Amino acid sequence: MRALSPRRVTGSLAVLALLLVAVLWMGIVAGPSPITVGQVSAALFGEAESGAAADIVLRVRLPRILLAALVGASLAVAGVLFQALLRNPLADPFVLGVSGGAAVGGIAALSLGATLGWGYAAVPPAAFAGALLTTVVLYAVAGRGGSVSGTNLLLTGVVFNAFASAAIVFLASLAGLTEGASIFLWLIGSLSAIRVDVAGWVALFLFAGLATALPLARNLNLLALGEESARQLGVDVGRQQRLLLLATSLMVGAAVAVAGLVGFVGLIIPHLLRLALGPDHRLLLPASALGGAAFLVACDTAARTLLGGRELPVGAITALAGGPLFLYLLRRHQHRAFAP
Amino acid sequence: MSDPTRALAFEGVGVALAGTPVLRDVSFAVAPGEIVGLAGCNGAGKTTLFRVASRVLRPDHGEVRVAGRPIAQMSPRDLARRLAVVPQDVAVAFPFRAGEVVLMGRSPHLGGLGFESREDVALAKRALEDLGVLHLADRSMLELSGGERQLVLVARALAQDPQVLLLDEPTAHLDLRHRTAVLERVRRFVATGRSALVVSHDLTLSARSVDRMVLLEGGTVYAAGPPAEVLTVENLRAVFGIDAEVIRAPDGAPLVVPRAVYR
Repeated sequence: MRALSPRRVTGSLAVLALLLVAVLWMGIVAGPSPITVGQVSAALFGEAESGAAADIVLRVRLPRILLAALVGASLAVAGVLFQALLRNPLADPFVLGVSGGAAVGGIAALSLGATLGWGYAAVPPAAFAGALLTTVVLYAVAGRGGSVSGTNLLLTGVVFNAFASAAIVFLASLAGLTEGASIFLWLIGSLSAIRVDVAGWVALFLFAGLATALPLARNLNLLALGEESARQLGVDVGRQQRLLLLATSLMVGAAVAVAGLVGFVGLIIPHLLRLALGPDHRLLLPASALGGAAFLVACDTAARTLLGGRELPVGAITALAGGPLFLYLLRRHQHRAFAP
Repeated sequence: MSDPTRALAFEGVGVALAGTPVLRDVSFAVAPGEIVGLAGCNGAGKTTLFRVASRVLRPDHGEVRVAGRPIAQMSPRDLARRLAVVPQDVAVAFPFRAGEVVLMGRSPHLGGLGFESREDVALAKRALEDLGVLHLADRSMLELSGGERQLVLVARALAQDPQVLLLDEPTAHLDLRHRTAVLERVRRFVATGRSALVVSHDLTLSARSVDRMVLLEGGTVYAAGPPAEVLTVENLRAVFGIDAEVIRAPDGAPLVVPRAVYR
């Protein structure tokens, strides 16, 4: 009989951390302007002969890939938390419409901000509020009494998403934000017009969310047996749910505020890592943070480089990968006897 | 009011679900070293009583005490260290292995980072071994049969190392051998001065394995006492609505043979 040991956790996380470093490095080196490895390390490690190369590395690529990493980590961890809370491996902030709710909040702050003269700084808190409201409504509609039917969950998500897209277009039109790429960004998710000025917010939200969720990882395991069983094993289920709803909303709000509606990261990464490492949340949760970060940096690097000079929105790439996986999971889920 | 003869006590417990009374003024106690059997028709309130005892449901009237302390005053963790529940079944949401599920029983005893120690693993292993199902440890819960899942859940409750064990039809899906193994294990469990309350629809088996029996009817205690006194033709007619024959085994234990639905 195997039990999860701290050694296995640190070992697995070390491997994922190495993978993340490798992907980050690739993200800095790859791009339309040719930059040599020597120039990158010179820029990163201080001996920067100032100049175009150092500028691109430090001001363009580094902030972008770091934010991509934060967004990827947030979305993957939020996915794990939703799946544990709703006891359903199909849950994901995008599929459930929570990202959509966050985007509505963000757009609302942006349109109001345009008239009231707020800066972009109002967007992350507003996106958080949008995510929180959506999550609470979602939980009330689909998650009554601990057992959530997958069908209810997915239908609720479909409706939320349709509503959110309509609200985004409506609000953006009201505020005259429809020109150019900005509306595109909110609807499909992109890191091309990334706002470095809110990076602090995103980092803060992510770390607050992680700090809330990580100590509850054991309890998330117990929740896999159902709310009643978790209670009988000493979990204060209500308190835990409130904390986790807060944590997921913080992370989704932050991610959406900088990257828009990047979909499926929270579905793909937890699924792959559960296959590789098992379902224990004490490992799955931190592993998803690292894996999600690496995945989104890799996707964003692909988005920047695949078409040569032109950029793809990163959300298009994650959706192209995530859509088929979702259908596969849905089919497997139906075949398996989950309930007694 | 810490009465040492009452490991688990229901005191005037009343519950209404959605306005319909499910339990009415239920009072009885389980003593240390004792197995009490709980029986009654479907919907008589047995499972609800378990949910009240494990604080999943708050009673509208009365209270439940464990070792003399009202459970309403205990933290969930505190209660989980003293009282464990074996549910009829669980639906596991992710492919946790059976061994991992048994280890979850150690959860209320763990502190800090929440990693299990070698002793925790040894306890969980023994819990499975005692029921003869150690070979299931590395199998996914999603692949187990109903009976195998049930044995894992019994092992989990034993790994929880409680003073009071509540078992909700723990043998419903089990073959005769495992059925006997579970009941023997519960007997050894209470032999150390602990207590068990067992719901069972198999009255004959129950009569052989419990010290006392409580019959629930319409959400309240209809009869309570030694199985031979409780399992009478009259009580079976009143509680279960059947005409039954009660035969004495050579050792005096009652055997219930249902004849027909009482009309």
